[in-house]
Amino acid sequence: MGKIIMTKDLTFVYEAESNDSSKKIVLNSLNIDIDEGKFVAIIGHNGSGKSTLAKHFNALLVPTEGDVYINGMNTKDTSHLWDIRQTAGMVFQNPDNQLVATIVEEDVAFGPENLGIDPKEIRERVDFALNAVDMYKYREFAPHMLSGGQKQRIAIAGVIAMRPQCIILDEPTAMLDPKGRKEVIKTVQKLNKENGITIILITHFMEEAVLADRVIVMDNGKIALDGTPKDVFKEVKILKDLGLDVPQVTELAYKLKQEGIDIPTEILTVDEMVRFICQYK
Amino acid sequence: MLIMLKNITIGQYIPGNTFIHRLDPRVKIILSIIFIISLFIITKFSGYIFILLFLLLSVFVSKIPLSYIFKGLKPILVILILTVGLNVFFTPGGTYLASIGPLKITSNGVRLALFMGLRLIFLIVGTSLLTLTTSPIALTDGIENLLTPFKSIGLPAHELAMMMTIALRFIPTLLEETDKIMKAQMARGADFESGNLVKRAKNLIPLLVPLFISAFRRADELAVAMEARCYRGGFNRTKLKQLKVSNRDYIAILFTAILVGIIIWNRFWPW
Repeated sequence: MGKIIMTKDLTFVYEAESNDSSKKIVLNSLNIDIDEGKFVAIIGHNGSGKSTLAKHFNALLVPTEGDVYINGMNTKDTSHLWDIRQTAGMVFQNPDNQLVATIVEEDVAFGPENLGIDPKEIRERVDFALNAVDMYKYREFAPHMLSGGQKQRIAIAGVIAMRPQCIILDEPTAMLDPKGRKEVIKTVQKLNKENGITIILITHFMEEAVLADRVIVMDNGKIALDGTPKDVFKEVKILKDLGLDVPQVTELAYKLKQEGIDIPTEILTVDEMVRFICQYK
Repeated sequence: MLIMLKNITIGQYIPGNTFIHRLDPRVKIILSIIFIISLFIITKFSGYIFILLFLLLSVFVSKIPLSYIFKGLKPILVILILTVGLNVFFTPGGTYLASIGPLKITSNGVRLALFMGLRLIFLIVGTSLLTLTTSPIALTDGIENLLTPFKSIGLPAHELAMMMTIALRFIPTLLEETDKIMKAQMARGADFESGNLVKRAKNLIPLLVPLFISAFRRADELAVAMEARCYRGGFNRTKLKQLKVSNRDYIAILFTAILVGIIIWNRFWPW
């Protein structure tokens, strides 16, 4: 399996324009490799640098020091800029501020149109993308008639129509209601499993991170924890010290353990908890 | 005012699926321009008969209710009255008919006033037929397409069309936001409905400041999102929807050509 994303000593320093002396190191010498076809969640509290990191994967930002490689292409090499953005598509937080066109299907077509693809093929791609996010019947709607979750799925379709290998989602569910959140996560999981698209999900919700193959915890521009959800979430104390939550069930297991009950701390879902409690007599 | 915000529709497009609705927007725009020019070629009242017939036929085919056509005339009522009034009183020559104070009304004046008034009405009805039967999106597409040849002399055709599209896309979003901010400020005791004009304008500040800040933030985020989707201006860009001139359009062109022919011929009529 190839590495779709590689960062080498990625450092990003943010310089406030008003004050030359104030420099803030947002990303501090990061080395991250992401395998193709994986579902990776990145979590961290506000200001931990996770959004800045995401913008590096799409060449919206380039490293101050170090390098980022997308499918082997260095993001500093401007001749590959459009290839990189086509390979690694990006979905943002606010569904309203990323839809461009007044009609759903034209918005999905926006990316392929920019790539200069033949109109006939754009049509095929748009239909495919809308079906992939299960929004085909809304193709002639105006975006403002849709719910937040639907809008976010359209934004995902807009990325899929560019045939990316990897989709980076920067807190796509932060502004959605629980129903919309579920819709979006289900769509993302489906794309990962059925279409083999690498997913990088930046999120605040631990319940979403649990679904990933790998969880990366960011703190202060560095990687605090990195591993499978089970490995990461059993470190309840470290996560709490970082100001992060753990999934409710995991926290319950942690507290039970502190009370002297013999329970594995890597319980992540309600089902697992139920299974364990049922055998515990 | 809250209710008013909800009722704003974009443009005055009335959706439909008639012959006129389905014409290529480029053809519709050009034919409208030709229609306007032919209006100004006419020198006699008899020419208006054909214009009237042409308009009636178009309105009938497009199934636009007549009330919408008349609604379109309302905003120009003042201009209409002014045009007619000035022409009635200040046209010299002809036989004397009556006088109001120092102002004399002559037969030439009445004739010219009627002539100009009708021209104005036909002009508005003809052009509003275009906007009533063409969606703003189709109109934008048509304008972009028609302006493309002028790119070589520095006309930013694609950029203009993109601006129009984005404006159309964000009008409902910003209206919704205005509504939200208004309610939020009213809940904190802001008053948008009483006081004189100056006071009311001042009261709008707590509405406009957050609205502008949010609009700029949106613009910023949209720009980043567009860049992430490989937007690099009109260069090398294709379009999902291709405009196509069909038989329908040739029929419309033929009808307009007949109209123009008759109107030119009409100039040589004795009456």
